[in-house]
Amino acid sequence: MLDFLKSTVGRKYIMGITGLVWLGFVLTHMAGNMLILVSGDLYNAYGHAIVSNKPLLYVAESVLILSLCAHIFTAITLTIQNRKSRQSRYAITPNGSKGSSLASRTMAIQGSIVLAFIILHLITFKYGAEYTTNVNGVEMRDLHKLVLEVFKQPVYVAWYFVSLILLMFHLSHGAHSIFQSFGILERKMQKSLKKFAWIYAVIVVGGFLSQPLYVFLIHN
Amino acid sequence: MENKKNLNLTLKIWRQKNNQSKGEFKTYDAPNVSPDASFLEMVDVINESLVVKGEETIAFDHDCREGICGSCGFMIDGNAHGPQKGTTVCQLHMRNFSDGQTVTLEPWRAEAFPIIKDLMVDRSAFDRIIKAGGYISANTGGAPDANAVPIPKYDADEAFLSAACIGCGACVASCKNASAALFTSAKITHLALLPQGAVEKDQRALDMVAQMDSEQFGACTSTGTCSASCPKEISLINIAKMNREYLRASWTKKEAVHGGDMA
Ligand code: FES
Repeated sequence: MLDFLKSTVGRKYIMGITGLVWLGFVLTHMAGNMLILVSGDLYNAYGHAIVSNKPLLYVAESVLILSLCAHIFTAITLTIQNRKSRQSRYAITPNGSKGSSLASRTMAIQGSIVLAFIILHLITFKYGAEYTTNVNGVEMRDLHKLVLEVFKQPVYVAWYFVSLILLMFHLSHGAHSIFQSFGILERKMQKSLKKFAWIYAVIVVGGFLSQPLYVFLIHN
Repeated sequence: MENKKNLNLTLKIWRQKNNQSKGEFKTYDAPNVSPDASFLEMVDVINESLVVKGEETIAFDHDCREGICGSCGFMIDGNAHGPQKGTTVCQLHMRNFSDGQTVTLEPWRAEAFPIIKDLMVDRSAFDRIIKAGGYISANTGGAPDANAVPIPKYDADEAFLSAACIGCGACVASCKNASAALFTSAKITHLALLPQGAVEKDQRALDMVAQMDSEQFGACTSTGTCSASCPKEISLINIAKMNREYLRASWTKKEAVHGGDMA
């Protein structure tokens, strides 16, 4: 199996499996965030519940970090190989029906920006200001206050939008190409698959983007 | 029938003496081209005029000129085999172009396909992939009855679609990673679907993928340009099938067994 993991085909499986972990994560993360639309207290209680279960939290965090590292490492090795395989460029790039989508051609750039986003995002929220609040007698972190504070900064909101739109492209290409990488793509799925991937990506990113909109509309 | 006027075109063609030399674009006029001429015929006419002038002709690969051999192929304005889908450049007609247009011709560009001269590239990396497993081992002897081995219609049709690959290299040329995934997978799929090829499918998948990886091809990133540029419109499901075959073959890789009654 070592040969398998080193092959171009095997590395696509690695990209796909680690990507799938994150596809699942961003979906649940988005779903949890939606609680902010219900109430600030509920949102805080949800965050509190997650950090309270330490063993589960550490397992989940390790899986996510390991997946991310494997995803990035494999992506780098593949990108280096791919650049080496095509060193000279054509004078003209096709833009008609024989071309490719911009999203699929720029996965590496999107990925790099999304990575920068993830790091900044952790600094801003996970390791950000520690406000506390009291929900039903339980002392907990006031994430709601932090969210309001952060999303009132126009520069942060602009960066958030740009990164998330890129994330949307990244997710949509990933969500449909894993079917090919994993070898479960069949002729009959081909048409609906792209749609499915886009619907998924739009729901996830739309959900996240509702956060700054919520802050803007309700708390301004 | 539509009667289109003859065309006057300007061609920018990549000229390169050999693999070592540095190539460059040269501009040529193609006056009074019939819209019914094929693209290669149009280049033939330019070449004839070059012969008259005592200049070196433009080298390009071609053989059958009916879209079945896979010899021809170059980039026309960045599109492998030109703008029309599902067509080899030998089957491309000049009616797809308009009067006064400037058309740019470039060879396939990929490290695995070194340029031999002008628009000709060396595609022997493909031959080596085929040699690694793109065949069935048939012993000689009496020809078996054609109907003795039943093949489901669905499999026969899918195998036929994969077998349509003519190995022209457009997939590699159009892929930003110069990946040979579509070519290799078409061969693996075509043979794996048929009972004659199925017996060796595991070893074939292992060997052909290994050979593909040992050449200077890149990896597939699912951009889909290969299938879009393919003159035979080979589907991306072939790549999925290759990945699955390769995973299964790696996972169930057999080891030689000894002992027991075999002793
Ligand atoms: S010359 Fe044979 S396919 Fe074009």
